This record gives sequence, structure tokens and C-alpha cells, in this order.
Amino acid sequence: MAENIGDGSTGENIAQPAHFAFDDESNAEIEKILAKYPAGKQASGSLPLLYVAQRQMGRQTGSAWVPRVAMDAVAHRLGMPPIRVYEVATFYLMFNTTPIGRYHLQLCTTTPCWLRGSDDVVAACRKFTGIKGWHETSADGLFTMTEVECLGACVNAPILQVNDDFYEDMDAARTGELLDALKRGEAPKPGSMIGRMTSAPEGGPNTLTTLHFQTAE
Amino acid sequence: MLSDQDRIFTNLYGQHDFRLAGARARGDWDGTAAIIARGREAIIDEMKASGLRGRGGAGFPTGMKWSFMPKVSDGRPAYLVVNADESEPGTCKDRDIMRHDPHKLIEGCLIASFAMGAHAAYIYIRGEYYNEAVNLQIAIDEAYEAGLIGANAAGSGWDFELYLHRGAGAYICGEETALLESLEGKKGMPRMKPPFPAAVGLYGCPTTVNNVETIAVAPAILRRGAGWFSALGRPKNAGTKIFCISGHVNKPCNVEEELGIPLRELIDTYCGGVRGGWDNLLAVIPGGSSVPLLPKSICDTVLMDFDSLRDVKSGLGTAAVIVMDKSTDVIRAIARLSQFYKHESCGQCTPCREGAGWMMRVMYRMVQGRAELDEIDTLEQVSRQIEGHTICALGDAAAWPVQGLIRHFRPLMEERIAEYKRVRGAPARTFPVNEPLAGESLALAAE
Repeated sequence: MAENIGDGSTGENIAQPAHFAFDDESNAEIEKILAKYPAGKQASGSLPLLYVAQRQMGRQTGSAWVPRVAMDAVAHRLGMPPIRVYEVATFYLMFNTTPIGRYHLQLCTTTPCWLRGSDDVVAACRKFTGIKGWHETSADGLFTMTEVECLGACVNAPILQVNDDFYEDMDAARTGELLDALKRGEAPKPGSMIGRMTSAPEGGPNTLTTLHFQTAE
Repeated sequence: MLSDQDRIFTNLYGQHDFRLAGARARGDWDGTAAIIARGREAIIDEMKASGLRGRGGAGFPTGMKWSFMPKVSDGRPAYLVVNADESEPGTCKDRDIMRHDPHKLIEGCLIASFAMGAHAAYIYIRGEYYNEAVNLQIAIDEAYEAGLIGANAAGSGWDFELYLHRGAGAYICGEETALLESLEGKKGMPRMKPPFPAAVGLYGCPTTVNNVETIAVAPAILRRGAGWFSALGRPKNAGTKIFCISGHVNKPCNVEEELGIPLRELIDTYCGGVRGGWDNLLAVIPGGSSVPLLPKSICDTVLMDFDSLRDVKSGLGTAAVIVMDKSTDVIRAIARLSQFYKHESCGQCTPCREGAGWMMRVMYRMVQGRAELDEIDTLEQVSRQIEGHTICALGDAAAWPVQGLIRHFRPLMEERIAEYKRVRGAPARTFPVNEPLAGESLALAAE
């Protein structure tokens, strides 16, 4: 978590909006979320509501992050002291406590991805975006690069997660093509970039080939 | 080779429809009410007889775990919490269950909850699995609509609510008590045990936390019988398991096989062998990043089950097999894992918070050879002082890969140190403060 704490992530050094209020879409979502937890346990909604806030910011500003006023709105809604929400928002890596680009490039460099060439994917992202270090956003505001730990798709390593989607079986060339397409405003289909069937071996499954199921539609 | 008829996850790769109609065609939700009608005791006895051990890493007998839940409620509700925070490097099996076979998990949740007297269950899925959560939620909604869960679930007379809850990017939340803290809306910091969750868990109520795969195999076991399941695998290591084989094999993949399959057979049969052939193998991490690696000499013959791997001082863990061929800088591979644990330490216990970072910094010096020989012993010693001295097992998990490296590759580490001295003289006793940037060369020439 260390990278997520300090360095202005609590908001001292970045421009914070003065106001945040949940919009209708968010409020409808919040109602559904809070129905999941027993009476008096609405604090369980802190992570889900932070997601709701982050998504709303993405919708409204093009940058999916959680400013401090949004944390306050979550705290208010859940009847929690704001500090409890701040500590949750800064503990979990997926809450962006600083503004990010439209495409959040989350690069896994943990050992299974590293063994399959994640360094090349990182280099290709740097080259394409002009970003030098981590947590930086490209000059055109399109891309932010974050180093993440194991994404849990290791048999399809290396993985590049863009916003919510996993792009799998990457290499330098495929990374360049993907970023190019994103820059053109396209939304390439997530999953294996070499056309593999999900987690099956390349070339097709060598198990589960003798089973046939009749679906009664 | 396990026959397809004995495979539980028949839609592992998503070749078929993941929705309810497809799931029913594959045999899910068949006679669920009849299974529940057998009663709590009978279900738990069957699970015990099957020999199923938890699939999340620790390998604790599932039937016994279920039996720890109070038989008579003291007024507090009981909960099942499913650990879907799959984050152990190398592991990606629960992902396939949730996106391709979610009804197996949902039916398992109902049966397991009934067996433990729980009317509600939460599935805690890691935040990065956004699309997997979408599929799982579709399946949950379908199950509600079809009356399979909710009031009088599947016509069993048991009322059952199932909720999906997303995490937000913290490996530590895969530790069961940290997961409960997180589910309660707090930072994921593990709790002291005792009290164990079966006594005081979610919201202070009796709770059992089980891995996705553990819960998802339960309906198949109860339908086909404990005898069928326990006949697969090896004694005390019963059944089938999804293996995730990543790294330097020709065709990385997930595959369900019997426990006890020889590691070499697993790699050669399903993954097209090690890149460059078996003789090009350097080492394998057989059970996710937390377990010590094994050099080729052990990989030649070792069997993939809990006890066989424990006997060679490693572990089955999550059955995530990370393969490294001879081109690998194995010191750097382990240093990167030290970086992982440093990043994921929750910071609660001093030995882990300070020790994980310390080990990472020393490990990156070891990558360069910028160290003294006796520092290998110091590193080993410090790892022993972290292991077993923390609230949860993350401290152990950080220590074991380093210990495994020293156990099997000490000569390589010594060689690296000698080479550094030969080229650059005795190293200054300085410590790099941060990990290198990904892709940054640590080769001597680059300095």
C-alpha cells in the first residue's frame, strides 16, 4: 500500500474539488448496495460506495478518482467519521486518491508476469505514452501508468489491465497496437490478445473434449 | 490422466454457456433439495468422508471446519463467507469458476450454508475481477429469479440470501480475518485468533470462511458420493484440483487433474512441456508465491499433493505452478516476490512491516551480488525472525520464498557476490532505498 499513502494522496498537494454530491444514478446504486448488509452494519458499504463515487467522477469529469469531498459524502451517507473512510480509501490500491487519465494502465510486474516478459510491456507503455515513472499521467491526459501486483490471470501472462478490463498474453508489439486503438477511441475486446480460448492452452483445450451438453433453451 | 467424466469443472474454459440453462445442462442444481433434505449432520459427515481439504492454500479438512459451527444458535445469525480474493501470485483458478461455472459456486453456497446453519452468505471477490463479478452477479440474479436461492431456496424449505461484495486491491484481504474486517468496511488488517471466526466472525457472529473452489466442488461430492471423490487422488490428499501452470512452459494453462499427479506429467501432458525441454528446467514454485521453490532435481519426481510437497519442504498452496527455465535469474525472480510482500504487508505487525521491506532491499542487492557472503546468513536469520512472529501468515509467506532460495541456490548467490567483488571490489555497505523500476537492469555493466 505504501505507494498509495503520502505524496499528496490525502489531498494536500492536489487541486481538490470544493463539492461532491451523489447523482441519481449513484443514489440508485447505493440503495441496492446498502440492502445487502444487516441493520446497523452499513459501514460495510464503505468500499462499495467509494467505488460508486469513483465511477461518478469518471462519468462527470473523465477522471475516475475519489476526491476528499467524495470521501466525506460517503462518510456522511454511512454515518461514519470521515477519518474511517479516509483510511479505507488510502489503504486499498484501487481507489485513486489523485486524478488519473481516461485509460488507467495497470501493469502487473509480479514474478509470473515478469517471467513472461512484463518488462517489455512496461517499456512499450512508456515509449507510447511518454510516461517515465509510475503514477504519472501522459501529457494528453489520456493515460496513467500504475504498477500493480499479481492480477490473478497468470496463465495468460503478461497482463495489462486497462480500467476494468484485462488484456492478456501481451507483448511489446501488441501493447503498442492496443494503446494505439485506445488513443483512436476504440475499445478493443479484452481477453487473450493471441486469440486463445481463455485459460486453455494455446491451440485449444486438451481436456473436456469428450463432453457434450444439451442446453434446453 | 483424469477422465473428462471425473472432472467437476466441465466449463473451465467457458466453452459453454455460463448461465443457468447451461449450468443445468451440465448437471448443476439437480436434486439440490434432496441433498439438503439429508440434514446437516449427514452432509457434514459426507464431506468429512470425502477427504476434501480446503483449496485456498492451507489444506484444512473442509468437513471438520464446517463442524466447528455452533449446532444450536444462541440468537446470533451464522454466516458463510466465500473467499474469492484470489491474489496469490500464480493463482487464477477461482477466476475461471466465477466467470464460467458460477452456478457451481452458488449451489455450493446454499448447501454449505445450510450445513452450517447460515441463512446468509457473502462472496468477497477481489476488486480487479470486475468482469468476473459481473458474470457472477448475473448468475446470482438468475438463481434468485428461478427460486433457487432466496426464501425456500430450491424448494428445500431453507431461506437463503447470497450477496456479492467487491474488494479493492489488497492481497492481505485473502487472509480470512482481514477479509472479515474488510467486509465490515474497514482496512484489511488481520485479527488475533482466538477467537476463531466460527465463534466470533463477521459482525461478531459465527462465520466460516471457505475458498471458492472448496465450496464449488461440494455439490459434486454430495451428488456423486464421498467414495467417488476419495477414490481420486492419493490417501489424505483426495480428489481433483485445478492447477494453474504459468511461466516458462510452452502452453501455460489451467487444468483440473487428480491430486498426486507427478509434476513432470502435469507439465508435459497439459502444457506442452518446459520451454526448451525438461532438461532446460531450473526450478518450480509449486503452489503459489508463498511456498518455497524446488530445484529441478526434486521436480523430476515430486508428486503434486499436500503431503508430498510438504515432505520436500514446500507446499501445494493454491496449486499455482510457476515454472522457471534456465534463462531465469532466479534471485531476481524471488526478489520480485519480496517486493510483492513488502507492498502487500498491511503494516500491523512490526516483524512483517519492517522485515518484508528489509528483505526486499537485501534481496535486490543479492541480485547484483552487492553484498558480503555472511549477509546470506543474516538474511536467512532475519527471515526466521519474521516467520511465526506475526498475527497472520503473510510474514511466513514473505519469509519462505527467500528461505527456499537460500536452501537450494546458495552457491549461485555466493557466485554472484564473488563476481561483483571481482569486477567492482568490495561493496560499500549502502542500501538502495527503493526497488528498481520494472525493466531496470541490475547487471553490473549498467552501474
